[in-house]
Amino acid sequence: MQYIQAIIFIAVTLVTFYFFFKKGKEIYNNIQLGRSADIQNKGGLKSMILLALGQKKMFQNMIPAVLHLCIYVAFVITQIELIEIFLDGFTGSHRMFFHAVQGSMAGEGMYNFVISFIEVLSVLALIATVIFLVRRNLLRVPRFVMPEMNGWPKMDGNIILYWEIFLVFCIFLMNGADAALYPGKYGFLISDNIIAPMLSGFSEGTLHFMERFGWWGHILGVLAFLNYIPYSKHLHIMLAFPNAYYLEETPAGKVENMPNITNEIKAMFDPNFTPAPVSEEAANEKFGAKDATDLTWKNLLDAYSCTECGRCTDACPANQTGKLLSPRKIMMDTRDRIEEIGEGIKKEGKEFKDEKALLGDYISEEEVKACTSCNACVQECPVSINPLNIILQLRRYMILEEAKSPEEWNVMFNNIENNMAPWQFSPMDRDKWKEELEEAE
Amino acid sequence: MAEMMAAGKQPELLFWVGCAGSFDDRAKKITRSLAKILHACEIEFAILGQEEACTGDPARRAGNEYLFQMMALQNIATLDNYGIKKIVTACPHCFNTLKNEYPELGGNYEVIHHTRLIQDLILEGRIKMKEGGSFKGKKITYHDSCYLGRANGIYEAPRAVLEALDADLVEMKRCKTKGLCCGAGGAQMFKEEEKGSLRINQERTKDMIESKAEVVAAACPFCMTMLSDGLKEKESNVKVLDIAELIVQQNEL
Repeated sequence: MQYIQAIIFIAVTLVTFYFFFKKGKEIYNNIQLGRSADIQNKGGLKSMILLALGQKKMFQNMIPAVLHLCIYVAFVITQIELIEIFLDGFTGSHRMFFHAVQGSMAGEGMYNFVISFIEVLSVLALIATVIFLVRRNLLRVPRFVMPEMNGWPKMDGNIILYWEIFLVFCIFLMNGADAALYPGKYGFLISDNIIAPMLSGFSEGTLHFMERFGWWGHILGVLAFLNYIPYSKHLHIMLAFPNAYYLEETPAGKVENMPNITNEIKAMFDPNFTPAPVSEEAANEKFGAKDATDLTWKNLLDAYSCTECGRCTDACPANQTGKLLSPRKIMMDTRDRIEEIGEGIKKEGKEFKDEKALLGDYISEEEVKACTSCNACVQECPVSINPLNIILQLRRYMILEEAKSPEEWNVMFNNIENNMAPWQFSPMDRDKWKEELEEAE
Repeated sequence: MAEMMAAGKQPELLFWVGCAGSFDDRAKKITRSLAKILHACEIEFAILGQEEACTGDPARRAGNEYLFQMMALQNIATLDNYGIKKIVTACPHCFNTLKNEYPELGGNYEVIHHTRLIQDLILEGRIKMKEGGSFKGKKITYHDSCYLGRANGIYEAPRAVLEALDADLVEMKRCKTKGLCCGAGGAQMFKEEEKGSLRINQERTKDMIESKAEVVAAACPFCMTMLSDGLKEKESNVKVLDIAELIVQQNEL
């Protein structure tokens, strides 16, 4: 029986890891479809530790931060028990770590402490999960019920939460049944004291079945979850780390430069100017971004890192005043589009082309035009996603390639070009304020 | 600047007035206030006058990179021609562009926003704050400009100046990193907003009125326009004044 279980376990693990890495590779390839990014001053390990590991920016909102922290810490610490489950699974053993230390007071104490600690964290995570479900579905916190959340995104959010409840249930079923089978053997804080007494009426056979059900339920749940993550917004638990690492640390107000244009203008001012040689990629680049593949790989990594929490949209002045623009939707659309292109390339090869584009079919011009570049979305994002950067690239395409600017902007452009100011005033009047100052004095 | 150059003088500071500060009637008052402060502190400064041109900020944010870089390279040539080292400006948009975006195009200057300069001048004792001035004890709130605050991390300098006025500084519910935009950034100043339920400055006006402040302090000519319009529409008596204007009024410069 033990051998059969071990063989099944190994087979299931190998298959699920194969599919996980296969999808992971696809995502990696999709991110590589973006153009190169000129990240001059990346946040590096420091921002990875502060933002991803330390969740610094989550604490801009205290209540969700604490609830999220409960789930996060429980998830991380439970990995210790998961290591034991994996080792037990591969070798057909049962609680390998416990038996390795059995007989030693300190060893058993340590084991019981770790499992008890995980149990307490699991209860906290369970409470947080239930509150999250309530916030999403009953309290209907505004940022969870916006139009872009209809359908799959809403379901995705709930599936993850129900899944977490299932995983915690299995852990307690496993520990509780084990504790009921062997009273006094372990000293698990919650399972021994609360759950085992509840299970005391069951026969030994039933308890064995419960323990196995809990064990298999938990590990299969974890493996299935692992394969669900790359298709879900939950991918942030992995990609938040590289995304924080590659965060650009220049002042948020700085807009990315376009060296191609600098060369053109310098050549215009000075006929003797010879531009520095540019790479082929840069030379063929269109101005701005029309499709997801025109964005940088960092923009695409941003899109895959987004967990659709909506803090950006909640803070967006355009969205708050009823405009179509939602920074979260910009990120979701970008991810959907690059997934679609990735799928196409998988089927039809590198030459894949369809009639669609990010700008127009996913993101409308009206959305792009509504942005005030106020950086509130960038400020809010706990995992350092920059929707503004994408919006400005789409604007560049609209203006520079398609000349589709609102008439009022054309007037502004003409004024700047002819009068050196965005309004129609004579440049000769620029220092008039001085005369008025002298008059007053 | 040209006059100073002809006289063989090099000013310690260039005052970058900006388009709003040069042409907009309301913003011109801010320009004059800052000039008065600089005069009062006996700081020798110059302006580019008719040689100044739009930094290109609205063009760049509207997606017209071509026009932005034309303006930028032209301005850098002018600034370098005069050997400018240090620039002060009362416009956060000019500030951001000059400070963060010109270096990549070859223009390297020490750029300082006027709220920072005023804060320094107060700290150094060069602006002598009058005891019991007209703003003493008055409820004043400060509206964070996006291009000062989130874009460049300047939240404290304008507040420090307000504290020096001995005013009763109250915060709006959305302030500092969570400050709500006035609606003008990203070249929105130059076009109507897209279809929605409210204009952004109307949304911000609710915050201003709710704060019960008598004066809203601003540090940006675009915010000035947006906030004033929003309050006017509500027929509110709340006044919007720039940090420089507050200093001038308090000390009767």
